[in-house]
Amino acid sequence: MSAPVTAGSPVRLARCDRASSAADRYALLFGIRLFEQSLLDLFSTGVLAGTTHTCLGQETVAVGVVSAIDRACDIVFSNHRGHGHFLAYCGEVERLYLEILGKTGGVCGGRGGSQHLFLDNFYSNGIQGGIVPVATGMALAEKQRGSGAVAVVFLGDGTLGEGVVYEAFNIAALWQLPVVFVIEHNGYAQSTPSALQIAGEVAARPRAFGISTRECRSTAVDEIARHCAQAVDAARAGGGPQCLICYTYRLGPHSKGDDTRPGQELSEAWLRDPLKTARAVLDETTAAAIERRVGAEILAARIRALEATA
Amino acid sequence: MPTVLEAINQGLHAMMAEDARVVILGEDILDPYGGAFKVTRGLSSAFPDRVLTTPISEAAIVGVASGLALRGLRPVAEIMFGDFLFLAGDQLTNHAAKFQWMFNDQVRVPLVVRAPMGARRGYGPTHSQSIEKHFMGVPGLWVVAPHILGDPGGLLRQATLECDAPVVFIESKTCYGRPLISEVAGMTVTEIADHVSPFPTVLLRHDRAADADGLMWCYGGMVPHCLEAIRHLFDAEGLAIDLAVTSQLSPVPASHIARVVDECHSALVVYAEEASAEHGWSAEILAQVQDRVSGSGRAARHVRIGGAHTPIPSGRALEAATVPGARDIIARVLDCF
Repeated sequence: MSAPVTAGSPVRLARCDRASSAADRYALLFGIRLFEQSLLDLFSTGVLAGTTHTCLGQETVAVGVVSAIDRACDIVFSNHRGHGHFLAYCGEVERLYLEILGKTGGVCGGRGGSQHLFLDNFYSNGIQGGIVPVATGMALAEKQRGSGAVAVVFLGDGTLGEGVVYEAFNIAALWQLPVVFVIEHNGYAQSTPSALQIAGEVAARPRAFGISTRECRSTAVDEIARHCAQAVDAARAGGGPQCLICYTYRLGPHSKGDDTRPGQELSEAWLRDPLKTARAVLDETTAAAIERRVGAEILAARIRALEATA
Repeated sequence: MPTVLEAINQGLHAMMAEDARVVILGEDILDPYGGAFKVTRGLSSAFPDRVLTTPISEAAIVGVASGLALRGLRPVAEIMFGDFLFLAGDQLTNHAAKFQWMFNDQVRVPLVVRAPMGARRGYGPTHSQSIEKHFMGVPGLWVVAPHILGDPGGLLRQATLECDAPVVFIESKTCYGRPLISEVAGMTVTEIADHVSPFPTVLLRHDRAADADGLMWCYGGMVPHCLEAIRHLFDAEGLAIDLAVTSQLSPVPASHIARVVDECHSALVVYAEEASAEHGWSAEILAQVQDRVSGSGRAARHVRIGGAHTPIPSGRALEAATVPGARDIIARVLDCF
């Protein structure tokens, strides 16, 4: 790790919006994948301390959802597994490395770390469910102000066990607030499979409150983006709260080395890796060029962050 | 003089007229009901767009209010009984109190959570507690308590419009109906406040004693009981006990405490709170006083008075025996002489 580190603005990944090409989307997905894998490496070598929750396998939800928002005004509230959401929102990969490394150049000066990120209209917190009423309140503020902004908040299927989620669903529907609840349904609450922790239907929950609910069973980034665009547009148009359930799968551990899922289940899931699908629509030369370029960006960001003195 | 309730109600009306960012939300706060204790009476008629009645969802009330505050509004949330603050405990400690600091001072959460608190109304174990002690000492969270010697409406305005951090505003239920007091016969009233600790401490010193026989500390709903005890001790026993009343419970107003200690050289320091004193507010104040005293002050005697370390009973006689009143304070002070 002795590549020359040059001065200048922090390394950023290119973001995606609704008009982005398949190549641009793959570049961002690949960047998030490399970033998350590198975090696990940094933990295993003892460079990183504390904890982290990577989104390996769920990158297409992050890129698909966030590419559907209007960054000029919309709000994103993310959770404990938020690096992908954050990078899709702003691309600030070097400053995210710095944050997770606890350095002052991080987006929150090293105070927040992996689970507590803030930049512009992006917020995250590490408490399951607690962010849902906060995002709902933000949507209320924007509605009162008449800004036209929409708040997008990320939940997991595990979050559905928290009662405060339903308090927020109720209020968002009562007051017809411009908020989109995105449930990343990866089938596990940490180590517990959904069958052991969710009674009834997931989609029936928001629908019980009269929340317009879409389900996306595809893990293709374009499909997720299309569904989320519909939800965001509906919320912005005064259609009240929306829910988008994205069925996905976490290819990595919940946290660092705590994966007790059956090996066969995991290897089958890797065969369905959404990044393979995203890569398959590109020709080999294009895909390889993207991987070289993004790989160099991630490496540069990591080296600069590791070499930062404070 | 207005009552505490009238002062808070008028303060809310004035704030909403003054600043369009003020939004009020809580359970049953619309007219004609006007809140369980009628503190919000008239507001929904005067400001229908900015007074929001909510479901029975304390966590979401505070969470939504945090979201409003993060996006530039000045929400005032009402929690019907302070006891229910625990339902919003995660929102207060893991969200509202942490956002500014963990986001590296790039955001502010100017949120007020009003909570009627305390016993002596026969409401029993789950509607009578003084649970503010569980929220004191949380970094980033302010705990403020109005009282009859101060200006409750002004204090609420200060918390709402001048403080950029989340404030839990503790209102004594039994003080709602009491008129404010601006002067106490035979005593001089001084107000202490500064930039670090802006919520004032009120100091009452006996005019006829250069160095009083003692100094008493209290806040909120204990003020009438302490005043009654002080009057009796002076009139019947000839003992001059000064009184310091804090309104900023947390963070600890160390500069106020230092000034009071420097001014009042007392051989006896009494601390009175309605909650059980165990792990209580008085322990922190006592420690701060100890840190500050010098010379002969180090030999002072310190006495803590609090409620019984049990839940609050419903029955009137049982409840009266559980929470400290003037008679208990008088007895404990006389024990020291």
